[in-house]
Amino acid sequence: MNTEILGVIAMYAITILMAIPFGKYIAKVYAGEKTLLDPVFNPIENLFFRISSIDRKVEMNWKQHMVALLTINFVWFLLGMFVLMNQGWLPLNPDGNPGQSADLAFNTSISFVVNCNLQHYSGESGVSYLSQLFLMFLHFVSAGTGMAAAVVLFIALKEKTAEKLGNFYNLMVVSCTRILLPASILVATILAFNGMPMTFEGKDSIITMQGDTVGVSTGPVAAFIAIKHLGTNGGGFYGANSAHPLENPNYLTNMVEMFSQMIIPLAMIFSLGYFLKRKKMAWMIFGVMTVGFLVLCVPTIIWEVQGNPALAQMGVDMGAGAMEGKETRIGSAASGFWSIATTVISTGSVNAMHDSSMPLSGMMQMLSMMTNAFYGGCGAGILNFFIFIILAVFISGLMVGRTPEFLGKKIEGREMKIAMIVALLHPLLILAGTALAAAFPAITSANLNNPGFHGFSEMLYEYTSSAANNGSGFEGLGDNNPWWNITTGFVLILSRFIPIIGPVAIAGLLAKKKYIPESAGTLRTDSATFGMMVLAVIVIITALSFFPSLTLGPIAEYFSMR
Amino acid sequence: MKNQNASLFQKDLVNEALKQSFIKLNPRVLFRNPVMFTVEIGTFVMFAVCIWILSGNTTQGSFGYNFVIFLILLLTLLFANFAEAIAEARGKAQANSLRKTREETPAKLVTDNKPGFGVATQSVMSAQMKKGDVFICEAGDNIPTDGEIIEGLATIDESAITGESAPVIREAGGDKSSVTGGTKVLSDKIKVMVSTAPGESFLDKMIALVEGASRQKTPNEIALTILLAGFTLVFVIVCMTLKPFADYSNTPITISAFISLFVCLIPTTIGGLLSAIGIAGMDRALRANVITKSGKAVETAGDIDVLLLDKTGTITIGNRKATHFHTAKGVTDNHFIKNAVLSSIADETPEGKSILELANASPSTYQLNDPKFIKFTAETRSSGVDFEDTRIRKGAFDSIRNLVTQAGNQFPSEIDERVKMISNNGGTPLVVSENERVLGVIELQDIIKPGISERFERLRKMGVKTVMVTGDNPLTAKFIAEKAGVDDFIAEAKPEDKMNYIKREQEGGKLVAMMGDGTNDAPALAQADVGVAMNSGTQAAKEAGNMVDLDNDPTKLIEIVEIGKQLLMTRGTLTTFSIANDVAKYFAIIPALFIASIPALQGLNIMGLNSPQSAILSAVIFNAVIIPFLIPLALKGVAYKPIGASALLRRNLFIYGLGGILVPFVGIKVIDLVVSIWI
Repeated sequence: MNTEILGVIAMYAITILMAIPFGKYIAKVYAGEKTLLDPVFNPIENLFFRISSIDRKVEMNWKQHMVALLTINFVWFLLGMFVLMNQGWLPLNPDGNPGQSADLAFNTSISFVVNCNLQHYSGESGVSYLSQLFLMFLHFVSAGTGMAAAVVLFIALKEKTAEKLGNFYNLMVVSCTRILLPASILVATILAFNGMPMTFEGKDSIITMQGDTVGVSTGPVAAFIAIKHLGTNGGGFYGANSAHPLENPNYLTNMVEMFSQMIIPLAMIFSLGYFLKRKKMAWMIFGVMTVGFLVLCVPTIIWEVQGNPALAQMGVDMGAGAMEGKETRIGSAASGFWSIATTVISTGSVNAMHDSSMPLSGMMQMLSMMTNAFYGGCGAGILNFFIFIILAVFISGLMVGRTPEFLGKKIEGREMKIAMIVALLHPLLILAGTALAAAFPAITSANLNNPGFHGFSEMLYEYTSSAANNGSGFEGLGDNNPWWNITTGFVLILSRFIPIIGPVAIAGLLAKKKYIPESAGTLRTDSATFGMMVLAVIVIITALSFFPSLTLGPIAEYFSMR
Repeated sequence: MKNQNASLFQKDLVNEALKQSFIKLNPRVLFRNPVMFTVEIGTFVMFAVCIWILSGNTTQGSFGYNFVIFLILLLTLLFANFAEAIAEARGKAQANSLRKTREETPAKLVTDNKPGFGVATQSVMSAQMKKGDVFICEAGDNIPTDGEIIEGLATIDESAITGESAPVIREAGGDKSSVTGGTKVLSDKIKVMVSTAPGESFLDKMIALVEGASRQKTPNEIALTILLAGFTLVFVIVCMTLKPFADYSNTPITISAFISLFVCLIPTTIGGLLSAIGIAGMDRALRANVITKSGKAVETAGDIDVLLLDKTGTITIGNRKATHFHTAKGVTDNHFIKNAVLSSIADETPEGKSILELANASPSTYQLNDPKFIKFTAETRSSGVDFEDTRIRKGAFDSIRNLVTQAGNQFPSEIDERVKMISNNGGTPLVVSENERVLGVIELQDIIKPGISERFERLRKMGVKTVMVTGDNPLTAKFIAEKAGVDDFIAEAKPEDKMNYIKREQEGGKLVAMMGDGTNDAPALAQADVGVAMNSGTQAAKEAGNMVDLDNDPTKLIEIVEIGKQLLMTRGTLTTFSIANDVAKYFAIIPALFIASIPALQGLNIMGLNSPQSAILSAVIFNAVIIPFLIPLALKGVAYKPIGASALLRRNLFIYGLGGILVPFVGIKVIDLVVSIWI
């Protein structure tokens, strides 16, 4: 058991240590400084820009940024719909999988565009290799979109007073070419050498011990899995995601995949410090996020390692922890850790079934997505966190007797309005979605695997995962039907783009304002005290909004199990 | 007048406020406050539920219980209204007592428009006077209304306004020409032109501001209201979605339980006290004898980064006094002193008078034939007298030097030395010349107010930069600035220097406050973010600024900054307290909602409350009574401590954040113990 815990600690520590220099590199990329990879990527990028006749030096204001972001995302969405619905006759379909239904294609395309990857299909039978390749493309660009939006925020915060905030296409392309692509090549190579398939050959077949012939789905898995994690996407190649032996063959690949999904969100925090030349600010953000992460993660690991008291009473040995729904090659500790990491960061890949987690672990997984502010997805994490910073700045600014300001810019009615809308949207989508589902049990309860509190948790989890753009599932839910495809599809769109536009809009508005130099009366926003305030705001807003619904789900289940 | 020790709740004010609490229940009035408006809707719903039960419904529990909930919600509204009403009443009472002094005073209205005092007058009541009317006041008269002296000079007792018993001198021309209604002329005669139409004086504006009709929300109040409306909406969502959740888990929840949960969760504490806090800020300013023209000005005062302070009266006691005559070579002492006196005969400034004192002379000592007095102007920075063919000038070192060298004469080197020495010692040199030849230099000395450097230190800890404005030369200014501990100074300041300094600081994003009284201060007062005009100042200055200080006390700016900070802090801390309260309320109500159908949730009842009904009642009662408990804090404001922003945040977070979490746990438990005696 100690080895398992040590494995988790090592995985986490290595990631943090690597994130610091990587963050420095990211800051360099966005600042347009020289890097080692220039000779390789400059010609490639220039080729892209020449073909699409975009001048990457033309700067945009925040509105132009958002128009560019939405337009290009819409194009990807349409392309995705087309590919998924017509994959049956399009090339690269060795297994002869049929085209997707319209509602499933709608859900799939959106959820890959918005970096969520709520998969209501199974990779083995639901998509062709061409579709997988297109989804892989979306893995890259959806992560690039989030990172580019975050960098618009960085630029807005860096400038004393500015209107123009860089070129969106440039930021997005360099995110993909300079950051995601090189890292993906590295990770994919490691994964391929550990037994992950990398082929276009179609199904393999084996003869089992019983003598049956069984088809085994293969494909370009290693490449897919690398960017699935680096881009905090989480959409798996196989239905069982990273619990599948070919998607996560051994403990080492488990560590590499874990490392890949955490590295960019962590590095983005440090890159903010390097980019703004405010390292203390980065450490404040890192500190708050880490405290939040540990509070969610440590108890979960403990509960999972302790095992299920109801089963223990029946005389089942709980020595290895709560192993129902988990893989023996990974173990309960690493699965517990993964379940929180993947929900805190908006990856949503799973290496164990969250449906089988202990009730309170399930609650922690949901809370991770309900807070949606600790580490977070590629770029999106910092954007979400920024909203909480604004709220905390406002309240604490008042508490020290000054009208609130952040980095020398006054926070006024308009910024508060946007921040409040973004903060409200998250509980609204989760609670209203779940309420709708609960109000029509005739349609929804047939899809539930479990009755009672746990069934309620399954519904709550599905909308939480959608609203947090996470994409993991409690997986007790039969979710491939029009109700779930369409409702979660809309939740996905709203919960992706509004939390991107909101913070960027605030940053754009702030950037235009007059800069107020700091004085002794100014509240320092890079101090531990302020960090505490941010944490309190996050905890109170999420705890307050979700406490009643969690009571009826996991908390009720927990108390009934004792 | 300064009744700062008066209790917060005087009986007559409380009666008036109680009446107002009911009047303010009008939904159209309450609509301005989204948090309390939703509580009102909840109250109406509970009222309907009570009627529903009376007409035979049995699903919503007993009538008594529902009716009690209704009453408590109504009480919550009344408490919130009372907070606002008492703050209004206090402000109005304070302003009224100021206004009463000037009501219905007979005035001697001038009917023919001739100069001098031998003009026809007619007795009218003050209320009938219009702007532009001219009246005469003699010794013993009460001044009927605000105005500006256009002729004469008088000593005036302003104690009715300022509480200061020493009489002051007001005279035509210059910066001390304003008189205030309600004050009394003690000696001499003045002719005054009415400067404000009836009902439009600053006091009237202030009263209107307090009464709410013209009270506009400040930008910060708007932003805070958005935050609170957001929190209210979150709980609308939480409570509305709870219904299908509860149905799904077969847990019927009564309407009263929904409404109670909702009202407890939304930030009623700060929502109920918000406008009271704003009004109390203006009240506090008024109590400090400062009339504010808008609530925004008080708020802005809390943000001030730079404070422009006049040296005289603020940093130094009163005025400089002549302490020495230093005669130039080749001039007799007597000749120099005689000319120094001559140059100061017409000089009404305290410095001028102190020269006569030092020379032990009076204006009548020397007789002059047809003297022509040259007034001091900020441009020439010298004054003097011309008679026969003698031109005597007295002024700042560099202005006299220009005069002397332009005439082709030498500026004596020993006087040059002497001037520097005086300046280095913090004194002010005044050079006297006769026909463009230097006679000598008069040394004036300043005395720095005791305790002023501690106040500047306090300001520095608040993050406020202090700037001394003085007409002194840079050397003198530097000496006094260092001695008093100000951060910067503007020496040899002309009115436009102040203006330029303010503009420069504002371009750098700073907020600037200044105090002024003269007409030439008016542009700078208007330019400054907070401009405090002295009540004794000219009408133009008072119009230009956004506050008027009745005490004419230049150190008042420091107090105003603290009042502004207090206002914002009170808002912030009570918001934090209000939101932190929700944690305990959740633990009271949520188990109560579900325990009947999910007994396992007893584990969440960590306070061990008696029954679901008593738990809900206790939470609602706590929610209501916390408002009156906090009214004194809202009215008095949270104390500001200049200990640095982070330390202050830690302190307030500890008291109001942690306190806000813990207090309701105790409060609700105690109330539950009492309530459970009955149910």
